[in-house]
Amino acid sequence: MSFEHMHIISMKEFTRDMIDHVLEVAEEMEPIARSKSGSDLLKGKVLGVLFFEPSTRTRMSFEAAMMRLGGEVLSLGSVDASSVAKGETLADTIRVVAGYSNAIVLRHPMEGAARLASEFSTVPILNAGDGAGHHPTQTFLDLYTIKRESHLEGLKIALAGDLKYGRTVHSLCYALSFYGAEITLVSPPELSMPSEIIEDLKKKNIKVIEADSIEDAIQYVEVLYMTRIQKERFPDPAEYQKVANRLQITPEVLKNAKENLRIMHPLPRTNEITPRVDETPHASYFDQSFYGVPIRMALLCLVMGVFE
Amino acid sequence: MSEVAKKEIRVQPICSGTVIDHITAGQALNVLKILGITGTSWGIVSILINAPSSYGKKDVVKIEGRELVSSEVDKISLISPGATINIIRDYDVQEKNQVGIPSHVEGVVKCINPNCISNSNEPIESKFDVNTREGKIELRCGYCERVICENIADHLL
Repeated sequence: MSFEHMHIISMKEFTRDMIDHVLEVAEEMEPIARSKSGSDLLKGKVLGVLFFEPSTRTRMSFEAAMMRLGGEVLSLGSVDASSVAKGETLADTIRVVAGYSNAIVLRHPMEGAARLASEFSTVPILNAGDGAGHHPTQTFLDLYTIKRESHLEGLKIALAGDLKYGRTVHSLCYALSFYGAEITLVSPPELSMPSEIIEDLKKKNIKVIEADSIEDAIQYVEVLYMTRIQKERFPDPAEYQKVANRLQITPEVLKNAKENLRIMHPLPRTNEITPRVDETPHASYFDQSFYGVPIRMALLCLVMGVFE
Repeated sequence: MSEVAKKEIRVQPICSGTVIDHITAGQALNVLKILGITGTSWGIVSILINAPSSYGKKDVVKIEGRELVSSEVDKISLISPGATINIIRDYDVQEKNQVGIPSHVEGVVKCINPNCISNSNEPIESKFDVNTREGKIELRCGYCERVICENIADHLL
């Protein structure tokens, strides 16, 4: 199985075998990420980093992954100070940066930007988020976290929070359908999972349960995936507060949780998980953000042809 | 006077060219738009709108002196899947075909997602995969994946 020169645009392009392979390579990378002593697997390679939107974790974990493997990072820096501010098209920017680098990681505010970039690039494009579109490396790191902290096959997982607009949870659901998950959904009615996604999952024989409260779900799930509820989705601030309070994870809420429950969150969090939960054995969200490094190491090595 | 004779008075038969028949009533001008035929195109173009037919009303477009090839014509299936294409030579129908639904179209339709990269100033043409679901045509944007399934004619470029 070769990923060399492959663009990583959307999870829809990955079969289960391909996903499994990426996760296996990430496991090989993890000791390098943890040891902090580095490696020279990507020595002499350059990663072009084009972020047209702010990002902390995604950008830094890509850069960390590249640096830990001995590669170099070439960053666009501020969009305002680049030729983009002079009206350069994304197509031209990509053609130019492809000439300087061995792969390009791209975040852009418009949907379809990564697909367009792949049409103009002579080097692999790694989509780090295109508007409300895809963010496949986030899904890979979520799957890797589940594999490392729990198990993928037949997982009982609850997704909670904003299930309507959260591209992370949509993409994760589809990916989990390869592994026969049982998915519980907990969200306020105005932020519930789009019905076409639920229908798609049911067609794939995935059991989907819609629960009223986190307390109900927490008694039987092995992973609780929280997402941030954005205040701006609610016209009435009081309504937001009510929903935010109802979906907040505290040690008290976790009283009846299974011992092996793991809590994940793509971060940044606001009030969905109180800091007191961080000290419980259930908290896996900081491990999750760490796992972004080995998973991105794996993807970089694969598309640059270092590994088959 | 017979039905046939009445029709002949409305629009004369053409010597050679293409007759697009059974166009969904009201879509003739959009058909011309898709085919890129404007008022400045050469040759005579006759248009019938809301002509009576055995299935109610239909539109007809006759283009003289030009034989359209199927790749050009298939695009009109997006707005008129029942249309037929007749190639006329020396007043005789030489070929008669139903339009085929193409699997992919480029530069014909504008994506309905305002935040799609195809709606920016990039040097690309819009592109869509064409699917049929329960007899209806669905277009999926090749960039943002947004689906257009209704009022496709409103989004023609």
